[in-house]
Amino acid sequence: MATVEQADPVLKEDGEGVRRRDFINIAALGVAGVGATIAVIPLVNQMNPSADVRALSSVDIDISSIQPGQAIKSTWRKQPIFVRNLTPKEIAEANAVNVSTLRDPQTLAERTEEGHENWLITLAVCTHLGCIPLGAGEGENKGAFGGYFCPCHGSSYDTAARIRQGPAPRNLEVPPYTFTSDTVVQIG
Amino acid sequence: MSFPWAKHYEPKNPAMRWIDERLPLPRLVYSAVGAGYPVPRNLNYFWNFGVLAGVALVVQIITGVILAMHYTANIDTAFNSVEAIMRDVNSGWLMRYAHANGASFFFIVVYIHIFRGLFYGSYKAPREMIWLLGLVIFLLMMATAFMGYVLPWGQMSFWGAQVITGFFSAIPVVGEPIRQWLLGGFVPDQATLNRFFSLHYLLPFVIAGTIILHIWALHIPGSNNPTGVSVKGPQDTVPFHPYYTAKDGFGLGVFLILFSFMVFFLPNALGHADNYIAANPLSTPAHIVPEWYFWPFYAILRAFTVDLSFFGLFTIVEAKLLGVIAMFASILILFFLPWLDNSPVRSGNYRPKFKIAFIILVLDVLVLGFCGQMPAEEPWVMLSQLAAAYYFAHFLIVLPLISHFEKPLPLPGSITEAVLNKHRIKGERDALPGMGSATQPQPAE
Repeated sequence: MATVEQADPVLKEDGEGVRRRDFINIAALGVAGVGATIAVIPLVNQMNPSADVRALSSVDIDISSIQPGQAIKSTWRKQPIFVRNLTPKEIAEANAVNVSTLRDPQTLAERTEEGHENWLITLAVCTHLGCIPLGAGEGENKGAFGGYFCPCHGSSYDTAARIRQGPAPRNLEVPPYTFTSDTVVQIG
Repeated sequence: MSFPWAKHYEPKNPAMRWIDERLPLPRLVYSAVGAGYPVPRNLNYFWNFGVLAGVALVVQIITGVILAMHYTANIDTAFNSVEAIMRDVNSGWLMRYAHANGASFFFIVVYIHIFRGLFYGSYKAPREMIWLLGLVIFLLMMATAFMGYVLPWGQMSFWGAQVITGFFSAIPVVGEPIRQWLLGGFVPDQATLNRFFSLHYLLPFVIAGTIILHIWALHIPGSNNPTGVSVKGPQDTVPFHPYYTAKDGFGLGVFLILFSFMVFFLPNALGHADNYIAANPLSTPAHIVPEWYFWPFYAILRAFTVDLSFFGLFTIVEAKLLGVIAMFASILILFFLPWLDNSPVRSGNYRPKFKIAFIILVLDVLVLGFCGQMPAEEPWVMLSQLAAAYYFAHFLIVLPLISHFEKPLPLPGSITEAVLNKHRIKGERDALPGMGSATQPQPAE
């Protein structure tokens, strides 16, 4: 065995500066480190929403029976949504607001589809911590601005579902949707 | 480890000698919680609570493993499986009530344990590492308790998960992806319940491991004591066994009586009726309240109602994010406590101004707790804002100032001197002959 060691002229244990052994150590640990890091990626990524959850299902909602001033709750991607038929008075109230004074400046027209300005379709998820605001059901508290009121931490939304008061930072989110006919809207 | 006069393990019979020579486990136990561990002779009943916390963890693990034999982590069957545990499983109601109330008792004893450390300066050198590890245990406990509360999949379970994971969505840009990563979806759902069950089963064992580090770090300098004066010689200590095994045993008896009283007579007093309604993703309960042990932190979260803006022109930090930062900061600030309080005197008994500040802090946390379970309305919002402000002021302003300006009372020369003086004063008051001052030992150093 001693002859094997002698037969390897490059292996010098007492050499000055960077030894060949140092390079091998760093390279081996570096490769192992990269490998370990890559192995962590699937371990972390498995917790992200799975394919069945991500599959962007779209729902058709029949809105023919929703009278002006009424709203319904439905679901899209397991999240609750509000579909609200605004009255002319509510539209006027929403348009009367000076947009630059809002926390999340948006006009009602930006939050509805052209030709269907009376249909306010939003996620029913408070942008504060995710509670479902009140105001869609008959006789529920609509808050100080006549739209929605979140009972968890007291956020009030106006008739365009814009945040007006309380801790929520943004307006209720408007999901992607299209009107497939005058009475059916497809969300997603 | 420990003091030089600690007794060494001497096996009493050949079987123990045989084991000890091959695996020195008997030696480890003897030196950790036996006669081989010298402890200050003057510990009061506040020093029971570490052991009680350990017992509470064991109760949680035993009842929890049993509950897991009957529980199903599926959104369609979880709620019913919990009801089956309550009605059909033999003694299932006892296991579940013991587990649910056990969580509360775990937090009660841990809060007393933390405030004990705060008052007697147990976080100060050389015990900083014990304090830091204790805070890690506290954070792990909160994560475990939160995920455990989600498992029955009742209304409070579901909406608690929604609200608490919502904290993360406050973080700019990456917040919403992080929230979806935690939930495994857009709302709490099957993926969320399954992973919470997995982690709820895992974390108690991580806590147990951290407790071993906590106790290991404790056994380097040994326990603090009510005088805060360091141990100076063998006369200042007594062996852990039988002195503190007996004292802890008595405290454990009292603890178990109170625990049994809650389990058998008031099992739902600390819970929420809403959690006996199955989770409904389309209906938020009128009033979402976390478990009582989170109330002070919940109050701090809700104390921020106005955005931090640049003279009202543009928002720098949203109110939602401010609340979340403050809530996490209220715990993180405790990690810096050993370096915020610079007074060399440990025990609050010898710090007249600190003592007042400590009492105000306790009241402040109680006020926060009260506000945390009230609706987000005035005057509770205003009150929680004031109380949250004081909480931070205590650690960042009051404590550093006190440790700078306070003139502490004279400290006793040693633990033994403090103990014997106390006996002498008490003896004179009772018109009995005092312990002779001639027998009073001198400090060893």
